[in-house]
Amino acid sequence: MLDHILSILIFFPALAGVFGFMIQKNSMRAYGVSVAAIEFGLSLLLWFVFDNNVSGMQFMEHLPLIPSFGINYILGVDGISLFIIILAAFFTMIGIASLTDTKNEKNMIITLLFLQMTMIGVFVALDGIVFYVFWELSLVPMLYIIGAWGGPMRIYASIKFFLYTFTGSLVMLVGMLFMAYFFYQATGVWSFAILDWYRLILPESFQLWLFAAFFLGFAIKVPMFPFHTWLPYAHGQAPTIGSVILAAILLKMGTYAFIRFSLPLFPDASAFFMIPIAIIAIIMIIYTAMVAYAQEDVKQVVAYSSVSHMGVIILGTFALNVEGISGSIFLMIAHGVVSGALFFLVGVIYDRRHTKMMDQFGGLAHVMPRYATIFGLMLMASVGMPLTINFVGEFLSLLGFYQQSHILTLLAGVAIIVGAIYMLAAYKKMFFGEITKDENRDLKDINKRELLALIPLSIITVWLGVYPMPILGPIDNSVKSVVQLMHNKSTTELAKSRIPNILITKTLAKEVH
Amino acid sequence: MLSPVNVSLDSLNLITLAPMLIPIVGALFILVIDLFKGGLDKSLYVVLSLLFLFLDFVALIDSSEIFSQNGVTMGVFDVMLIDGLAIIAEFIIVGASMLFIPLALTHKRFHEFSYPEFFALFLFMIAGFQFMVATDNLILIFVGLETASLALYTLIAMHNRDTSFEAAVKYFTMGALAAGFYSFGSMVFYALTGSVEIHNIAMVLAGNGYADIGFVLVGVVFMLASFGFKLSIVPFHTWTPDVYEGSSAAMAGYMSIVPKIAAFVVAMRLFEFLIHSGVVWLEVVLYIFVVVTMTASNIWALVQSDVKRMLAYSSISHAGFVMAAILIGTTQSNSALFLYWILFSFTNLGSFSMLWISRQKELPGYQKTDHSFEKFSGMIKTSPMAALVIALFMLSLAGLPPFALFWGKIYMISSAVTSGYTVLALIMALNSAIAGYYYIKLIVYMFMKEPVLENDGNVYVANATLALKSIIGVAIIGTIFAFVALNPLLEFVTTFVKNSGY
Repeated sequence: MLDHILSILIFFPALAGVFGFMIQKNSMRAYGVSVAAIEFGLSLLLWFVFDNNVSGMQFMEHLPLIPSFGINYILGVDGISLFIIILAAFFTMIGIASLTDTKNEKNMIITLLFLQMTMIGVFVALDGIVFYVFWELSLVPMLYIIGAWGGPMRIYASIKFFLYTFTGSLVMLVGMLFMAYFFYQATGVWSFAILDWYRLILPESFQLWLFAAFFLGFAIKVPMFPFHTWLPYAHGQAPTIGSVILAAILLKMGTYAFIRFSLPLFPDASAFFMIPIAIIAIIMIIYTAMVAYAQEDVKQVVAYSSVSHMGVIILGTFALNVEGISGSIFLMIAHGVVSGALFFLVGVIYDRRHTKMMDQFGGLAHVMPRYATIFGLMLMASVGMPLTINFVGEFLSLLGFYQQSHILTLLAGVAIIVGAIYMLAAYKKMFFGEITKDENRDLKDINKRELLALIPLSIITVWLGVYPMPILGPIDNSVKSVVQLMHNKSTTELAKSRIPNILITKTLAKEVH
Repeated sequence: MLSPVNVSLDSLNLITLAPMLIPIVGALFILVIDLFKGGLDKSLYVVLSLLFLFLDFVALIDSSEIFSQNGVTMGVFDVMLIDGLAIIAEFIIVGASMLFIPLALTHKRFHEFSYPEFFALFLFMIAGFQFMVATDNLILIFVGLETASLALYTLIAMHNRDTSFEAAVKYFTMGALAAGFYSFGSMVFYALTGSVEIHNIAMVLAGNGYADIGFVLVGVVFMLASFGFKLSIVPFHTWTPDVYEGSSAAMAGYMSIVPKIAAFVVAMRLFEFLIHSGVVWLEVVLYIFVVVTMTASNIWALVQSDVKRMLAYSSISHAGFVMAAILIGTTQSNSALFLYWILFSFTNLGSFSMLWISRQKELPGYQKTDHSFEKFSGMIKTSPMAALVIALFMLSLAGLPPFALFWGKIYMISSAVTSGYTVLALIMALNSAIAGYYYIKLIVYMFMKEPVLENDGNVYVANATLALKSIIGVAIIGTIFAFVALNPLLEFVTTFVKNSGY
């Protein structure tokens, strides 16, 4: 079974989703939770049997699909993808468990199970086309979730979400076809396998173009400024569960793909574009923070803050050194936990008041003390307070980038402080002061079903903030091999100087001792 | 005194004629049955046609074995040509026809299917298309083309609505014009080279180094216009949406596949040697045609209010996409053309059949046309299975992986990438994104809107019988599990195309 654990992880929820059509309506939630719990258990099993000391791919599976065109079903997991997989399984589980009463609950749960298949698939695929299949397929369940259960502008929002991502991915697909063709030219064999592509050293001019093609697909997904405009609509209209999955997992596909594809495939181009991308990332951080400050809808505040933090992840990724990349991967997990939790929390108040406007609230801390406490904790985590999960990731990302550019890092650091301002302002508007609206006087505090989702998230937030090593270790291990590969592959002076050679650093360190 | 003609029967290689003769015999057979006893039920004719098509299919398998052993085979005074292109195209023609003909077994009485002539004409048409692809003689191509087209005009007109007469007459007029252009073009080539066989024409033109390039271009212009009409290349496409709207949905789906693959094969035979020998002008014109056809028809499709017209424009766009293969003209691109068309025929026949089973006799008030978008509002609530099936076909048409058309699409774009048409590859990719919008539009109507009040969901399957459902089932399996059969399919197509020298 362990030989095929990745395939099981992918197709178990899909199979369960198909069988789900047979389940009677009222039992559907229990069915969904059990399936997602088994899936989560399997993902924990994967972590348990995962060998932390191996930096390369583990549990590889290989099955020829279209060998004459070089398309194979190749799966594998390493420290970079392992924890995102666990996170995806975890969020689907608590998402279904804490699902508020929706119409067509059955359709929603089946859709979520299919979505889970595509999410896991993206993170374990090691073949360009298989990756692309899951990447594109993930759009469909999300389109349906936003479009069928969303707010008044749901159709506009869902189509915008779909078309933006679809367009970007098609350009990326052309890039992939070029990669396969270059591989064919170099070796005489077609191959879409990522590990094969890693061996290919391309001239810098090719790298720049291909980097741009892949960048468009990934940047729209992340979403990076100026391609971020679909996200506020999607978040604004999506139901709570949609926003949670979107923020926690789907956006991570973009940043994960940067680390899996862009960096190791095009090290010279990555070094070349480092500063421009860093500038975009900093614009993202500052601009969206300012936009967030101007919002009156608390969900939009959380949405923009989520974009803002994605900027830090990008910055860490393009530090091109071990600290930065490890930090950014850690921050992906952290961002998933924290912004997922924040969207849950917004959903809690929306269920009670059916509004997300902050001026409708005020003084909620008096009537909903438990809610206010958890919200406060997540907010602190979101602004990056030490001893919370976000701090570790942000600190490492910035530390990584500090080695590349002091000034840009300083700017990003300041921007994170701006982040604290709007989050605290929002918190103040909602929770402190007198209760001004009568409707708010007898609001019920968080119920058990909601705690089911929020308590584990709070525990993770603090636990990994205090002691991040269990997941930072494997991440670090795999990132080291990626950085080393990038250094070895790079051809230009610029790239050699920006991407550190880990072997040399290690020996130097030994000599000093 | 003339010496007596002495031809041995062996040299005629009559086996090359077998695949065409079978449907002709079948058609005559059906007519003879009708002579003896009229008023028989359509199910008899459907099954008979199916059986003859089945025999035809077996004959094709035979000739494909002959081809893989002996290579390109000529027969019947070197008029017939059995090569890989012909065999694959015939497989597509016969295969798609086998999927089409059971669609005649509907619940409701659509009277065109009660005439045995319908089925006889149908089989004659198939023979015509088979002749058209299995020769490189311009005259026989013309004969095949006209046999098939005349039968097709009649089949459309038999649908017996006002719009179907309009459609048939429109198609007939445009078809006659195209035939005129075709004969003019052939005449010019004959005048230039003294031959009506494409490989001779190519040889003679190459031999004199394209001395009369001006006249060659005149011939090419006529040919382009003619095939422009047949393949509905913009700006020769104007008949397509009207004709599709006028004919029954099943027939429209059929028309979007079979006549086009026949025309593609002829275009491939004729234009590729011209492009390869450096007629730059043709390359530029084809490039423009391809890009304009893809893009413009996509934009028109965005604004349609009827699903069938939307699908008509989408078929034009797909034809433009595939036309790129002829422009690129490598083995990979030609294989991609066939691969794409095989996958496309499953998906497109499936989606038109879904319209066919939802065809009502009378239109309710909220519906302006047979298949307006409003008809499909909220379908997921009233008829979830049918909604899922339509959504599947739409996603496949949009090129979403892992459904059938995606694989055709990547292989086609890859062939553009491989031959250095980078910009074209990007345009093709971006066009798929534009097309995404109108396919999603139908999904939005089905999944995200509320159903119209008086609609209880029965309309979507009003026409469904076991036969129709099984055809749709085949289309669904072909669409979802295409990737399983893809490798053998790709190898088969590539070998055949390569061994025919394209």
